[in-house]
Amino acid sequence: MTIRFTEDHEWISLDGDVATVGITTFAQGQLGDVVFVEVPEAGRALTKGKDAAVVESVKAASEVFAPVDGTVVEGNQAVVEDPSLVNSDPQGAGWFFKMTLANPSQLDGLMDQAAYDAFVEGQH
Amino acid sequence: MRYLPLTEADRRDMLAAIGAPSVDALFGDVPAAAHLTQPIAGLAPHQGELQVERALSRLAARNVPAGSCPSFLGAGAYRHHVPASVDQLLTRGEFLTSYTPYQPEVTQGTLQYLFEFQTQVALITGMDVANASMYDGATACAEAVLMANRVTRRNRAVLSGGLHPHYRDVTATTTGVLGVELVTLPADPKGIEDLAAAIDDKTSCVVVQNPTLFGHIADLTPLAEACHAKGALLVVVVTEVVSLGLMPSPGSMGADIVVAEGQSIGNGLNFGGPYLGLFATRDKFVRQMPGRLCGETVDADGKRGFVLTLSTREQHIRREKATSNICTNSGLCALAFTMHLSLLGELGFTGLATLNHAKAVQLADKLAAAGVTVLNQGFFNEFTVQVKGDAAALVDTLAAEPILAGVPVSRLHPGQADLADLLLVAVTETTTEDDMDALVKALGGTL
Amino acid sequence: MNTQGRKTTPDAESTAGTDVGTFTGHKGLVHEEPLIFELDNPGVTGVDLEAAPAVASRLGGLKARTGIGLPGLSEPTVVRHYTRLSQKNFGIDSAMYPLGSCTMKHNPRLNEKLARLPGFGDIHPMQPQSTVQGALELIDQLAHWLKTLTGMPAVAMSPAAGAHGELCGLMAIRAALQARGEGNRTRVLVPESAHGTNPATAAFCGFTVDAIPAEANGRVSVEAVKAKLGPDVACIMLTNPNTCGLFEPQVKAIADAVHAAGGYFYCDGANYNAIVGRVRPADLGVDAMHINLHKTFSTPHGGGGPGSGPVVLSDALAPYAPLPYVVHGADGFRLVEHAGEVEGDAQPFGRLKAFHGQMGMFVRALAYIMSHGADGLRQASSDAVLNANYVKARLQDLMSVPFDGYCMHEALFDDRFLKDTGVTTLDFAKAMIDEGFHPMTMYFPLVVHGAFLIEPTETESKATLDQFIGAMRHLAGKAKASDAAHFLAAPRYTPRRRLDETAAARKPVLRWTPPAA
Repeated sequence: MTIRFTEDHEWISLDGDVATVGITTFAQGQLGDVVFVEVPEAGRALTKGKDAAVVESVKAASEVFAPVDGTVVEGNQAVVEDPSLVNSDPQGAGWFFKMTLANPSQLDGLMDQAAYDAFVEGQH
Repeated sequence: MRYLPLTEADRRDMLAAIGAPSVDALFGDVPAAAHLTQPIAGLAPHQGELQVERALSRLAARNVPAGSCPSFLGAGAYRHHVPASVDQLLTRGEFLTSYTPYQPEVTQGTLQYLFEFQTQVALITGMDVANASMYDGATACAEAVLMANRVTRRNRAVLSGGLHPHYRDVTATTTGVLGVELVTLPADPKGIEDLAAAIDDKTSCVVVQNPTLFGHIADLTPLAEACHAKGALLVVVVTEVVSLGLMPSPGSMGADIVVAEGQSIGNGLNFGGPYLGLFATRDKFVRQMPGRLCGETVDADGKRGFVLTLSTREQHIRREKATSNICTNSGLCALAFTMHLSLLGELGFTGLATLNHAKAVQLADKLAAAGVTVLNQGFFNEFTVQVKGDAAALVDTLAAEPILAGVPVSRLHPGQADLADLLLVAVTETTTEDDMDALVKALGGTL
Repeated sequence: MNTQGRKTTPDAESTAGTDVGTFTGHKGLVHEEPLIFELDNPGVTGVDLEAAPAVASRLGGLKARTGIGLPGLSEPTVVRHYTRLSQKNFGIDSAMYPLGSCTMKHNPRLNEKLARLPGFGDIHPMQPQSTVQGALELIDQLAHWLKTLTGMPAVAMSPAAGAHGELCGLMAIRAALQARGEGNRTRVLVPESAHGTNPATAAFCGFTVDAIPAEANGRVSVEAVKAKLGPDVACIMLTNPNTCGLFEPQVKAIADAVHAAGGYFYCDGANYNAIVGRVRPADLGVDAMHINLHKTFSTPHGGGGPGSGPVVLSDALAPYAPLPYVVHGADGFRLVEHAGEVEGDAQPFGRLKAFHGQMGMFVRALAYIMSHGADGLRQASSDAVLNANYVKARLQDLMSVPFDGYCMHEALFDDRFLKDTGVTTLDFAKAMIDEGFHPMTMYFPLVVHGAFLIEPTETESKATLDQFIGAMRHLAGKAKASDAAHFLAAPRYTPRRRLDETAAARKPVLRWTPPAA
């Protein structure tokens, strides 16, 4: 299982043919208490870097971008019902959607854990 | 200069504390050529209250207040009696001189009345939820079309020929720049149009006014069903909100969005503004709504309190992705509305509506008895009469009496010969039997 | 004769214990007030109506409505309810309200009185125009002064608020571009420091938004603008004085560059109050600018509205001003309400509002302009700028200033002085409430971290400013002395303490519903 990160603070974790996508621990901390999440429907085609989901706190709103091209398999209804999961377990139960990848090699262009940690450090 | 507390000594001391040689130095970033060195051309120096009051009173005296003579004007603005306590309370400085409630701990007054306002609007429209007001009914109508487009992801709206032409025009102007397609039905003085036939698979919504501009009223249930069968929304426009005290609510007839002009409750005529737009919808669409929303919560001690909420829809957070660009709304007009409706209550609101309708029926009967043609079968407090000759010319003639006989349809639908002899006549609780008789005499005499 | 005396000096016990709770939950003047729906006394009403004439209803077959659910309340109950609500509110009448960019200046009561004259307050928008000549003349007079003060040749009076004025300005620009055959100009340049309404309006008007980065000195540079200009640029939306409280020194050069590239200059006039009578926007190359009558010309904010946002227009844009508008006719003033009545080169882009504009606000604004006069308007701008600079000068040693030098009518600070104190801008604001001041605008503009935007306005006295400065210095000192607890628990003395906005947004309760039986 590989986990990769984008500069927009999404994570993507590939397990077999299906990847899971969410926002990072750092990103949820920046947003504050998450109050609303909108996830894509199964079957929707996603384009790398384009809107895929929405996450909102009281005073901030952000698009969640697709880290790679592909097709949505499932949106996480649990975070829609209980957005606080994004705060309490952003890289676990607070995932946003699962997708199949059109072009798995796109993952190679994303950051690994060490690179992302350094990237976040540089944002301060 | 009674509004300016600083003395010359204060100004000197303050400049010294700043370390600036002069006030002009503080304006050092202004390009040299842009400094205005001359006094404002033609504007007199400051004046006392007495002088300003004298000058503006002279202008006010050159107008004929609607309350000073028999008046039958409506068409989107109605003269109702506003209880004295409404305006007395409205001018309390804590309401009048407060801003948008950004700091909820010190604006619970504003927030609580907005919560009460939202609830009242939801109740009278028969909807789940209402926002904290829009500029007026017409801008609310335009926003409703845009919202229906967002909800349905469609781009074609059908506008009834009974819709107030100003509402139609504001909607066309506002949505036109976004490429929205409007299907506008011709003016419908007889109330016979077939809106259902205009709905197709690309229709986002049908916008229908009830009562219509011409005063016709309809059961909208079949139209709502026709909309929903095609995946479109029904937007109901109400320009005389007192009608909701007697007519079935738009919500009960299947409306998805209700917009209304709220001026009739709590607010004077004011030559057209400020007024307040009411905007109500179903719970499921709340995130697509424009405008501010107030919600209930608790404070750090667990006590109930109110805050502005769901703000991520709005411009100050969402910027170019906001549901609307609206910021300032009609807060104080909403307060007047809420206080007046609180005074009326269930009995007063239904009673007021009943009184308006009964007086309108009385006038319609008197006119018919004098041989004047009334076009409407059903109506609330406004109906259309057919006069002999040009209605606008007749209105101008009667204004000299003065009798404000109504709004000639040609002022709203100009250039249509078939509408030139039609006059919109509105009656409210302020209309006396003497007023009615004056109008009957004036209109009956033209036959 | 009354021979029963009673104690008239407080004794020692009366100073002990401040908050021991009360039976009612009220605290002296501050009442716990239910919602009107919870005060319902069915069958009671606060309005007496005459008996309706006995006629058969003519509702076209519809059944009369019953059971709306409105509560029944008497007049005394309603008066007391809203009086109590008012007592939970902070207004300019209460104390200093230095909300940056919002211009919370004194609202003269003469203006209220005049707006309520029957000749203004009780006239119908569709009255025959012969019966409203004074009203049309008033609109014309106010329009004249707005044009004269700004140096602009035309003004559209109907927009209902600032954001509505922005829409008006951008629609005029769009219409002008289309008339030139350049409808392909679809990009609008908006600095990052702009009010949220600017990008929202541009999008609402069908344009795409392109952000211009802020310079390190808080200004917009002509180079940054030039780098974004191109044949697809419709206009720039620039706030001047800007949202950092600074006059844009390159504003004329920016206007010239935009014009040279075929675009227009929309100026957000939210901060026009800093320069009235001292600088004319026309001399800065402005093509369109809205004027918030509720800011610059003192009409009351009313808890969030109503506003009024007339838009002054250059010659290039004037023909596209929306309907309706007032013209001088042969026998008095006349309203042009329809495209068919238009004369000359006018090509109105449409209509923005049901009727002619915010008449009630026009009366107030004109009364304000006449009260101040030419000398007073200039003095008001000067004092507004002086007051802001005084606040800045007296606080800049303790609080951190993102941009050095003189400011205009508002002083901007950031949160660097709170670094490592455990106190945020929000916490600081809440502590200001306990000190009796409304907080400044916080976290705006977005280009400054943890912004404090303080706009005292010209209607604050030096004594009030000194007290405010004293309170701010006291709080800044407390924060630096690691007394974070003082801030985190604030406000303590308000009708409600901090409210849970997260809970409000996660499970929205947007109306009262009857309790389940």
